Amino acid sequence: MNAARPQTTPPATAMATLLEVSGVSVSFDGFKAINNLSFQIGPAELRAIIGPNGAGKTTFMDIITGKTRPQEGRVLWGEKSVSLLKMSEAKIAQAGVGRKFQRPTVFEDQSVHDNLLMAVKNNRAPFSVLFYRPGFADLARVEELAAEIGLEEELKRKSGELSHGQKQWLEIGMLLAQDPRLLLVDEPAAGMTLSEREQTTDILREAAKTRAVVVVEHDMEFVRRLNCKVTVLHEGSVLAEGSLDHVTKNQDVIDVYLGR
Amino acid sequence: MKSSFITRNPSVLIFLALLALFTIAVTFMSEAFGAGLISTSFVKTLGKTLCLCLIAIAMDLVWGYCGILSLGHFAFFGLGGYMIGMWLMYARTEAIVISSLANAPIPPTAQEVTDAIGTQIFGVVGSSEFPAIWAFADSLFLQLVLVVLVPGALALVFGWLAFRSRVTGVYLSILTQAMTLALALYLFQNDSGLRGNNGLSGLQNLPGVTASQDTVSMWFLWGSALALGLGYLLAAWVVSGKFGSVIRGIRDDEARVRFLGYSVEGYKLFVFTLTAIIAAIAGALYYPQAGIINPAEVAPIASIYLAVWVAIGGRGRLYGAVIGAAFVSLISTWFTGGGAPDINLGFYKILWTDWWLVLLGLSFVTVTLLAPQGISGLFDRLAGFRSPRRHGAALGPDKGSLQEKEATE
Repeated sequence: MNAARPQTTPPATAMATLLEVSGVSVSFDGFKAINNLSFQIGPAELRAIIGPNGAGKTTFMDIITGKTRPQEGRVLWGEKSVSLLKMSEAKIAQAGVGRKFQRPTVFEDQSVHDNLLMAVKNNRAPFSVLFYRPGFADLARVEELAAEIGLEEELKRKSGELSHGQKQWLEIGMLLAQDPRLLLVDEPAAGMTLSEREQTTDILREAAKTRAVVVVEHDMEFVRRLNCKVTVLHEGSVLAEGSLDHVTKNQDVIDVYLGR
Repeated sequence: MKSSFITRNPSVLIFLALLALFTIAVTFMSEAFGAGLISTSFVKTLGKTLCLCLIAIAMDLVWGYCGILSLGHFAFFGLGGYMIGMWLMYARTEAIVISSLANAPIPPTAQEVTDAIGTQIFGVVGSSEFPAIWAFADSLFLQLVLVVLVPGALALVFGWLAFRSRVTGVYLSILTQAMTLALALYLFQNDSGLRGNNGLSGLQNLPGVTASQDTVSMWFLWGSALALGLGYLLAAWVVSGKFGSVIRGIRDDEARVRFLGYSVEGYKLFVFTLTAIIAAIAGALYYPQAGIINPAEVAPIASIYLAVWVAIGGRGRLYGAVIGAAFVSLISTWFTGGGAPDINLGFYKILWTDWWLVLLGLSFVTVTLLAPQGISGLFDRLAGFRSPRRHGAALGPDKGSLQEKEATE
């Protein structure tokens, strides 16, 4: 999309890009998990990333969220093009990157309400959290989020009691509560029923209207339903990019992934 | 706000009421103010137990809530004791020296008094000079400030180094053991300035107080009960709100909390330092009742006992920590003090003074294996707090969103 456009001055390009990853490489003990990968996403865009196992999908997310530091390359964020590489995980999350893990990770010992309240955007410093008491705005936000993810009846329950699909939604709800500008979602549909998948698609598509959403997914049917631009990763770099129909016609993609 | 805090945490009110009831009951049974049913030495034991309950609350905060298995909190407890002990010993020796020099033909100079105090205190380690760390020993106020500052600063520096390097789990436990061992070994040296293995003694005598030990022990019992009550309130307040949510989140899934945008290291450091200060205050109240403090008190084993108390009482419940500390330390006094009758098996005689530790070890293993919630788990079961856990593996898409367990049911 951006490549087709004539080259403009840097600030204008930065406006259209929320996250720019360029020339990033990571190797673990000599194994190149990410090899000269470049990736861009706009401020309100839904993107699916597919690729066979070991293609570097999770490592890619680790780099953006600050869990893994690349040996080479740049990761630039936002209008001011700040580098994310020098920031801690917590700082990156505060800057507006939310991440959902493959396995639903909610705080099972705590109620749905507490889980959401913890995620609601607020000052995260220990002292201000210590003296924090939820105001009406935050409580209303929790209710609103619970309605959005279909858990308004379950607010008082411990999240450990929820079903697998409900936990996935709760985690997405916690991400939305953070009000991130970029959502990284790792295999959201794993272990869900058909109707749960449909609801998940709706939640993600709705979220992508106001922010960037990157979905890593194995399931082609789910990706088709998302109906968005697709990036195919293979051996740590981008193999193809475009609509799902476009990439599935690509001979390289058929060879490494779909053909098998 | 206050009332809603209590209504959200009814256990706080119950705990404070029981503590008040206990204190009043002991007062009316004491030798100083009541019927004399309880000996002064037992009043001291009870007062010390209250202090141990307070450090157990600190341990529960750091371990049961925040998931940091610190095996070094007795270092802070001991340091608190040393800080108050320095003033107690200095002021008491000063009083003795002044009264003995009062009869001298020429009134002593200030320097002579100081030298005499130094000789009295440091004679046992072959010195008479005051080390630099005793600079504030003549001021109760400054030593009380040091009770908080010294252990707090140690915890802050240690915690900052450890948490910043993301040391977690068993490695952190080992590191905290190393810290308390290093402190003990340092204090054992004669030139550490704190009288080596002799430690500080005579701490039960309050300078300038003529009241008998019967009365003084009651004062300390009240003080300890007050500190325990306030400590419980503070801990309950800390864990009740969002802060509690965050630290329990850190305990259960540190990485997830980090990706929510909370700086996990900052929270751990905060909790570690706060609990170190609570431990130090508990120590400052404990040692005047014990009368003596020496480096063996901060030996690594002491902090391990602390973890055992909290585990037996029940982690993650404040009253569990209190129950564990009170129950185990009192029963330990009973067993080791010759209260428990020895059992003669004919071929072997079980002396409880020797076998008590084996019993404690066995009950620790039993609790860990059979009742991980500890004694307080019984309360939870009564109150129906226990919720079903769905920890089964997630099934694939074809079997829907069921968990392994549900699918078979």
